[in-house]
Amino acid sequence: MSVPAEKKEKISVPFDYNKYLRPGKLPHIWCPGCGHGIVLKAMLRAIDKLGIDKDNVCVVSGIGCSSRTPGYVDFNTLHTLHGRALSFATGIKLARPDMKVIVVTGDGDALAIGGNHFIHTCRRNIDITALVFTNAIYGMTGGQYSPTTPLESIATTSRYGNIEPPFDTCEMAKAAGATFVARGTAYHTLELEKTIYEALMHKGTSVVDIIDACPTYFGRMNKYKSATHMMEAMEKDGTVSVKQVDKLPPEKVAGKMLRGVLHKIDRPEYCEQYALLVQEKAQAKSK
Amino acid sequence: MAEKQKKRLMQGNEACVEGALYAGCKFYAGYPITPSTEIAEGMSVRLPKIGGKFIQMEDEIGGIAAAIGGSLAGLKSLTATSGPGFSLKQECLGYACLAEIPLVIVNVMRGGPSTGYPTGPSQADIMQAKWGTHGDHPAIAVTPAYVQEILTETVRAFNLAEKYRTPVIVLYDEIVGHMREPITIPAPGELAVVDREKVTCKPDEYFPYDERFEIPPLAPFGTGYRFHVTGLNHKKDGFPTNDSKQIGEGNMRIMRKIDNHLDEIWKNEEIGLEDAEIAVVAIGSTARSARYAVNEARSMGIKAGLLRPLTLWPFPDKAVTELSKRVKAIIVPEMNLGQMVLEVQRCSKKAEVLGVHRVDGEPINPGQIIEAIKSFK
Amino acid sequence: MGDAAKKLPRIEINPKLCKGCSICVDFCPTNVLEMRGTCVAVKDLAACTRCQLCDLRCPDFAIQVFD
Ligand SMILES: Cc1ncc(C[n+]2csc(CCOP(=O)(O)OP(=O)(O)O)c2C)c(N)n1
Ligand code: SF4
Ligand code: SF4
Ligand code: SF4
Repeated sequence: MSVPAEKKEKISVPFDYNKYLRPGKLPHIWCPGCGHGIVLKAMLRAIDKLGIDKDNVCVVSGIGCSSRTPGYVDFNTLHTLHGRALSFATGIKLARPDMKVIVVTGDGDALAIGGNHFIHTCRRNIDITALVFTNAIYGMTGGQYSPTTPLESIATTSRYGNIEPPFDTCEMAKAAGATFVARGTAYHTLELEKTIYEALMHKGTSVVDIIDACPTYFGRMNKYKSATHMMEAMEKDGTVSVKQVDKLPPEKVAGKMLRGVLHKIDRPEYCEQYALLVQEKAQAKSK
Repeated sequence: MAEKQKKRLMQGNEACVEGALYAGCKFYAGYPITPSTEIAEGMSVRLPKIGGKFIQMEDEIGGIAAAIGGSLAGLKSLTATSGPGFSLKQECLGYACLAEIPLVIVNVMRGGPSTGYPTGPSQADIMQAKWGTHGDHPAIAVTPAYVQEILTETVRAFNLAEKYRTPVIVLYDEIVGHMREPITIPAPGELAVVDREKVTCKPDEYFPYDERFEIPPLAPFGTGYRFHVTGLNHKKDGFPTNDSKQIGEGNMRIMRKIDNHLDEIWKNEEIGLEDAEIAVVAIGSTARSARYAVNEARSMGIKAGLLRPLTLWPFPDKAVTELSKRVKAIIVPEMNLGQMVLEVQRCSKKAEVLGVHRVDGEPINPGQIIEAIKSFK
Repeated sequence: MGDAAKKLPRIEINPKLCKGCSICVDFCPTNVLEMRGTCVAVKDLAACTRCQLCDLRCPDFAIQVFD
């Protein structure tokens, strides 16, 4: 049987990441098995699908292991302060609405110290894509519990088990007004690429909550044998696709996080509204 | 244009808006706080009319962060605040120092600490303007005392920010911020306006922190120069480094680019200092009281004079040291418990230094200063 | 089908980048790979189906499979 031409091509030519990686920056700082690298690759493939000029892409991050991402990618890149990436990004986007602005942030960065910026960015519906690398821990500072650490999990600051209930990042983004909300995992890497691509194509604030593994801290402290074990237990078995959820018996869904595009609506985008305000009100008034 | 030259009665904070617009500011992000709010309100009306960008952020941190983003995207950017908000902005201020992002931050000083006295004047953020953010870093702060001067000093602040690629603070107290005085809006071209140096080299030859330049030019994001910006100590290409030589050199260069140009950055007003035996060093509304006091003292036959720094940071070491060799005493009135006086003491070679302080939300009046002058007679 | 099966794929491993996490080994559906010390190695090239899963899940840009 003959293989269809396009499929064959896809199989024989692996993705050329060097097109988007800055030369000489690898190996990256992430630990063996850290999910951040897998997510980075999915992000680059998704950006590639956009077919957009690298000069017009801006990648902004806060502080954390995940926030080291911009250093490796060949775009306009900004590594800011802990929690503040979305605010810096808002400034850039407002000043240059023609640029594609992508924020890479950790769950601690986005939801703890940056929680206020997170909800207000969603509320404004400014055209920024936020990729939240959710490893349920503060990786960079050595494994303290984060706003997404599950109850009873062990962290270096919850040695007796975490008693703080975690956020559902997607529910929060949706409630705050984000017009595109999705979840993916590092394990489902092709699906993640597609989800990020859809997020990038969406006009308005898009949030992708990406479950990935920190084997060094979360894994070790919570008795996972390896990065693979974490990916299987947390990402593969811990999530179900929105496309399948209705077909599955309740016991197969209980306690699992939903994967896929969870929310997508149309609502006026901030920069477009600003441009309208300038044209129709402010400048009209001054005439 | 002729109309623009007319005298207009204006509040200090409104003059700040005029100054920012005159300087070419196209981006404002901030969070409202008394007694600086009129700046945000003014910018929200004016910027959209000229195609500029205004955004009210969710807090002061977001305000300065967005302003840094706007500046990196190539727009002259402003944020304004007071006391509690200035505290919140400190981490980002340090970021702009190290990443060398031009930016103007207005702090209209109100009574502190904490929420303090929101509608009352103060000059208690003098040291914060220099040392508020952690780590050694360059600081430029300009200190206008008149409504007209808020306009011109705001223009100068933008010029310094763009020229030296660094954040600049416009620091004045609530009294000057809310005072109304007749001012003239300068005609276009009347005041110098410095625009950001254009990058002309090829993208692969561009280094945002090129040590061959004293002040390397900053290419706006999205113009073909894809570089990296971080708040970590970095190399000339903007990427983080752990190399002690490069860390040291980077930290020294951001200081040196200011220290090598002190004579261009310093600006003082001197009144009656030629023959003065007793000098007063004061800024903002306190300098207005001091001017009155000095004139009064002179009419009483006391040889008094005033040194009024319009650039408070970097501190006018040279002017104060020279002054201290000529006068018997230096009086430093300030609405705090003794901040600028420490700097004057540090710079004084011979003269006796006396602080006059007040933190009850009331201005320092000329009478207090005259008393101090008389005490040396 | 016969022709394609005969031609073996080329698996490129970059030992400078491989951090030895073994994710690629564990998820390879046909057991092509194995760990040798802290670096991955090919054990059974003929079994490779070119599914790309090793590349897709490698966090370190260390392995790619060419036709
Ligand atoms: C203002 C401030 N507070 C605290 C820190 C220390 N800090 C650095 S990264 C980090 C947490 C990072 O966790 P997360 O955002 O989840 O990213 P990860 O490292 O897990 O990828 C903290 C607390 C900091 N850099 N700045
Ligand atoms: S500490 Fe955790 S999050 Fe950070 S690089 Fe290591 S594995 Fe990744
Ligand atoms: S391409 Fe597929 S079959 Fe071949 S080595 Fe990689 S994971 Fe195994
Ligand atoms: S997944 Fe990548 S880093 Fe991990 S063992 Fe395989 S090649 Fe090496």
